[in-house]
Amino acid sequence: MVELMIKNSDQINMKSQKQAVSPMINRVEKNTVFGTKNFNLWYGEHHALKDIQLDIKENDVTAIIGPSGCGKSTYIKALNRMVELVPIVKTSGEINYRGRNIFDSSYEVEELRTKVGMVFQKPNPFPKSIYDNIAYGPRIHGIKNKKILDEIVEKSLRGAAIWDEVKDRLNQNAYGLSGGQQQRICIARCLAIEPDVILMDEPTSALDPISTLKVEELVQELKDNYSIVIVTHNMQQAARISDKTAFFLNGEVVEFDYTDKIFSTPRDGRTEDYISGRFG
Amino acid sequence: MRYIDDTVVMKRMKSRLKVNKFWKAIFFIATSLALLALVILLIRILSQGMSYLNWDFFNNFGSRFAEKAGIKAALIGSIYLMLVIAPVSMILGVGTAIYLEEYAKRNKFTDFIQMNISNLAGVPSIVFGLLGLTIFARMLFLGKSILAAGLTMSLLILPVIIVAAQEAIRAVPKEQREASYGMGATKWQTITRVVLPAAIPGILTGSILALSRAVGETAPLVVLGIPVILQFLPDSLLSEFTTLPLQIYDWAKRPQEEFQFVAAAGIIVLMGLLVVMNSIAIFIRNKFQKRY
Repeated sequence: MVELMIKNSDQINMKSQKQAVSPMINRVEKNTVFGTKNFNLWYGEHHALKDIQLDIKENDVTAIIGPSGCGKSTYIKALNRMVELVPIVKTSGEINYRGRNIFDSSYEVEELRTKVGMVFQKPNPFPKSIYDNIAYGPRIHGIKNKKILDEIVEKSLRGAAIWDEVKDRLNQNAYGLSGGQQQRICIARCLAIEPDVILMDEPTSALDPISTLKVEELVQELKDNYSIVIVTHNMQQAARISDKTAFFLNGEVVEFDYTDKIFSTPRDGRTEDYISGRFG
Repeated sequence: MRYIDDTVVMKRMKSRLKVNKFWKAIFFIATSLALLALVILLIRILSQGMSYLNWDFFNNFGSRFAEKAGIKAALIGSIYLMLVIAPVSMILGVGTAIYLEEYAKRNKFTDFIQMNISNLAGVPSIVFGLLGLTIFARMLFLGKSILAAGLTMSLLILPVIIVAAQEAIRAVPKEQREASYGMGATKWQTITRVVLPAAIPGILTGSILALSRAVGETAPLVVLGIPVILQFLPDSLLSEFTTLPLQIYDWAKRPQEEFQFVAAAGIIVLMGLLVVMNSIAIFIRNKFQKRY
């Protein structure tokens, strides 16, 4: 209680604290992967995203948190234009992927999604063999050579830390695997298209704690080579695995900063209320 | 204060249980009647027709004499007719279903088309016969050919196939499509690699059942003027032909009693054909159905 009062009353003190912390951790400005400028999105009449400004950096794990219905899933689905599968969606403003507006009419959505892969909330492997699941992406992009496909499948499954569990049964149906394994198959399937960014829409919400831990460890390994955006309901998860966190509320970005700052010294009262569990 | 009085509940218990039993009996009788009708039909047909079912019956053409009458022309004609109906109705039907489910935007126009397809499924078959007579037989000069009849029958079962295929396509979970689109697949790739493989059991089941309806159908063929009895086999899609239901109809209306037995034998052949087709449909459904 006393601490809280000090925090609220002494803003200047907090700012100087921040400046003191920054150089110690030695944070380098990285390249921007996704630059969001004045982005708005409507589902019919419902204004779901309001004036979003958000820069997602290379090789960061960016977590998006917020209560249900705050627009966090909508935002991540806007990043690969998956949101357009809903026919009544309208957008304004820009989301620039590597400097190019993805909503530009000349931007082919297939090209974008080859660079920006996605892992979904519910594991959704195809009812095919494990091998065919992983080879799906390379095949649609025209790779037919069996040897190359074999290599991609092995590399992707190793990348998703599931190779040892499935290497002897690549020809079995992916539906025979457990939920956690299915989700890692989906991550491997996403790696097989060699994306630049991986979007994860609550990837562990349907998984048990041990499978969740495995996926979290995997995210930590993947960030060396990929930029990752992860939507999560679980604040501890955001705190554990992300470099930066954006807090969404009612379609707006309330706060976006380094994860340790968001969770230790949030600037906005609403962020503090949310992360301390007072609502949501 | 309790609102539910135990003595009143117990008093009514007996009559409630009685009503319960009464309705169970009614439903059981309803089921039994349907089964009974089927059993009587089968016994009658089998006892009348079995003695006429032999190799000659399959190998002879129609005749004035019951003992020489055979079903060759009608059986071959029905199979030829199916060979026209199956590809035409499936290509058009599945194509329409894919367009409506995967491509068309939902608006008043597509709602209107959708409503009309459902209504067409209920239009009497004789109306389709008149349509076929006007368009295929007269305007396109196809006459009484297999092609004219096949195209007419395709139109007749098209709505059923479209609706069945639409339902099968709709049953493929949204998540499956998202997974495919999410990797940069085009709509066409998603349809051919994800949607159709999962929907094909349902599409085939619906199509085969619709096809069996077409094989047993008579009215449109009567309107087209398809002959009931023929002494030769069709040699191309443009030649005249006859079918099992028409042949059976011709035998059944003859005054001589022996022809009733010949008709019964024909019905056994037709039912055998339908049982085979429906079994194939059930086999496909059980074997290839995917569970998510």
